[in-house]
Amino acid sequence: MTTKASTVNNYQEISPTRRLTMGILFLLFAGLIWFLFARTVPAGVDTTFRMVPGGSDQQIPNWVFSSLPVLNILAGVSLCLGGYQLARGFKKRTNLVLGLVSGIFIFAFLIWATADGSLNLAGLIRSALVKAVPLTLGALSGVLCERAGVVNIAIEGMMLTGAFVGALVGSLTNIWIGLLAAILSGGLLAAVLAVLSIKYKTDQIISGTVINIFATGITSFLSAKFLQKYQHLNDPGRFPTIKIPVLSDIPILGPIIFQHNIFVYAVFIFLIIITIGLYYTRWGLRTRSVGEHPKAADTLGINVFRTRYVSVILGGFMAGFGGAYFTLGSVGRFDELMTAGRGFIGLAAMIFGNWNPFGSFSAGLLFGFFDALASKLAILKVPIPSEIMLMFPYIATMVILAGVVGRGHMPAADGQPYEKE
Amino acid sequence: MSEKEKNQESKKDAGKIFLEEVSKSPLTVTILAIVTGLLLGGLLVAGTTEEVYQAFNISFWAGIKTAAGAAWSTYRALFIGSVGNPGKIIDAIKGGEAAGIRRAFNPFFDSLVASTPYIFAGLAVALGFRVGLFNIGAEGQIFIGAATTVTAAIFIKGLPAIIHVPICLLAGFAGGGLWGFIPGWLKAKTGGHEVINTIMMNYIAFRLSEFLLRGPLKNPEGFTPVSAEIQDSAKLFRFFDSPIRFHIGFFIALFVAYLVYLFLFKTTWGYTLRTVGANPRAAKYAGMNITRSTVLAMVISGGLAGLAGANEVLGVNHNLAVAFSSGYGFDAIALALLGKNQPLGVVLSAILFGFLRNGAIQMQISAGIPIDIISVLQAFILAFIAAPAIIRTIYRLREPDHDIDAVTLHGWGGN
Repeated sequence: MTTKASTVNNYQEISPTRRLTMGILFLLFAGLIWFLFARTVPAGVDTTFRMVPGGSDQQIPNWVFSSLPVLNILAGVSLCLGGYQLARGFKKRTNLVLGLVSGIFIFAFLIWATADGSLNLAGLIRSALVKAVPLTLGALSGVLCERAGVVNIAIEGMMLTGAFVGALVGSLTNIWIGLLAAILSGGLLAAVLAVLSIKYKTDQIISGTVINIFATGITSFLSAKFLQKYQHLNDPGRFPTIKIPVLSDIPILGPIIFQHNIFVYAVFIFLIIITIGLYYTRWGLRTRSVGEHPKAADTLGINVFRTRYVSVILGGFMAGFGGAYFTLGSVGRFDELMTAGRGFIGLAAMIFGNWNPFGSFSAGLLFGFFDALASKLAILKVPIPSEIMLMFPYIATMVILAGVVGRGHMPAADGQPYEKE
Repeated sequence: MSEKEKNQESKKDAGKIFLEEVSKSPLTVTILAIVTGLLLGGLLVAGTTEEVYQAFNISFWAGIKTAAGAAWSTYRALFIGSVGNPGKIIDAIKGGEAAGIRRAFNPFFDSLVASTPYIFAGLAVALGFRVGLFNIGAEGQIFIGAATTVTAAIFIKGLPAIIHVPICLLAGFAGGGLWGFIPGWLKAKTGGHEVINTIMMNYIAFRLSEFLLRGPLKNPEGFTPVSAEIQDSAKLFRFFDSPIRFHIGFFIALFVAYLVYLFLFKTTWGYTLRTVGANPRAAKYAGMNITRSTVLAMVISGGLAGLAGANEVLGVNHNLAVAFSSGYGFDAIALALLGKNQPLGVVLSAILFGFLRNGAIQMQISAGIPIDIISVLQAFILAFIAAPAIIRTIYRLREPDHDIDAVTLHGWGGN
């Protein structure tokens, strides 16, 4: 980061160079849609989107339209948006328009990929939402910790531990106690992170690494020693899908959003609670002030250490809950290293989402969408390897971090231990 | 231990001074961190052995005895797996049969083979720390270094080994260096934190290597995502016949460690890098080029990690498989800190980690202890090294006059 003043400045106003870059970027998208997609699609071919996700009994007709004209329209819309951006500029709405244009591009890609074929669009979106669940929960864990000024790169380790403990305790008792134990185990690791970083003032990234190495080791060790030997210790079952009455009957949206297990609903609830908590309560104001300027907060009588402990441990609960998703919400069994870097993508989603809950969720959805799309590529016969598609979240995060499309506003005291004078 | 110290302190003045010095020395903390880590690991083993609980049901002492026995047999298996079985070694030498002697010494040499990538990766992370950069991306740099190496080692044909091997090593350095350059450049130019960027680069490297091994680099005759075997001329020289895999890579690693030492402590560039790491503001006032230092440090750091990958490909595996480097990059963070970011310290810690890793394989087979206990040990050791105050509190050690080698890093936000 450069100086703080310019960061804030960047964030609120749009510099002329950025206006220009964005305009050219929009035009580039328009050009790509036209050259790559519209020109390669034969005329008179239809695109078919199925609008009923698998497992739903709704009767919705397929969405069929002619591919080429729609692609041309999409290219035209992007062209207009780019032209307006260059001529007048969208000012503060630039990022919104950037999102819109990116969305148009992805949509155009889907139309092109399904020209003369069919794709279950509703299923794709539903699967993106499901894949966004662990990413969002991980990102929320990061938001809680980092808003109070403690960097948490141990989300991965906490989630892995949560997944393991959830499976083990869930098998021994019942699934609800397993969930509770998973949450507590995440909190316990977070407490270690907090003690190392707050009390012993260890570099927070090193404390996080310690926890990641420890979690990898202990879960694999115990899993190899017990879970593989005694299968009944690794059979916690899964939370059932709950159809929300009335809402799940909404056409298209119902099956996508309102037919899931508790983890998906919990994401929505946590999003609201954390947003309200952080931005509209005294606790949130204090937490954020500790993350931005701990010395000032301390002068005003806020207990910096206690605030940080509370936030980090809450973040640990969140990561533990996110970990439980893997065993109790998704697979129903613990496998070694099953989180497979989702905690780190959660971290990326938090950065992409500008350290705020709904931003993180949007980033999680986007990353989840690419994950879901990557698994569909083989069916679509698109000549893009799924591995390349799966790189998208990481590259996007680096681009965001580099400030190319507007720099995020991270808590100013993030990562710095506080010394009381 | 602390009571013993107290008694001796009251007895003799000379002894008191000596103990005080020992107590302040950072080496004491390092050794105690390792010992405490091993003790906790033993507790973990004992705590997860079912026989221990059965013995506790009989009597308390039987339980303690079984617990100690479980920990003892674990570390015994670890020792035999990493160094060798002394009895067997003596028998083999007495027997005088060449193959038997090789087999008896094999664990020791295999541990050195396991240490070699650790030396490279540890140097990579340590060099980063010296410049105030946290290179958490050694894992990805190892992958890319291995991928470029294997490309050079398969597709360049008809060269003598004396030319082909250096070319392959250089390719590994360049691959890893490129993977370090990107986050280094981003850090210097945009301020994007290298921790996040190197983590992202790790995953991009994983995906890229999956892509390469399913496509361009895949062995055309095989069905699994593994590359073809490298040319014979690219293989690193092995000193002994099978089964000993000990190869010249270990000495290359030692030589590179010496070069890193010379670079960091005997050249102007090294001095600049260390100044930038210790106090960027002062370095800037002194007219040092921070941008160039940051990029240079990340390139060299990535290159060293790339050499770890090259070493594994050319010396041990002779091909490239998906996810072949399991955790070297993260362990490297632990051992760089354990070695106090000194090249010699890194070499010694790397040898320790290599012996642990190799011994753990044997331990898994003979004592039934999952190999992952090594990660737990490493986590304990790393925690105690990173927070020496814990060790000082447990053993009532004195505070050092000043923390010489404290790692200075900067938070997400600050520069």
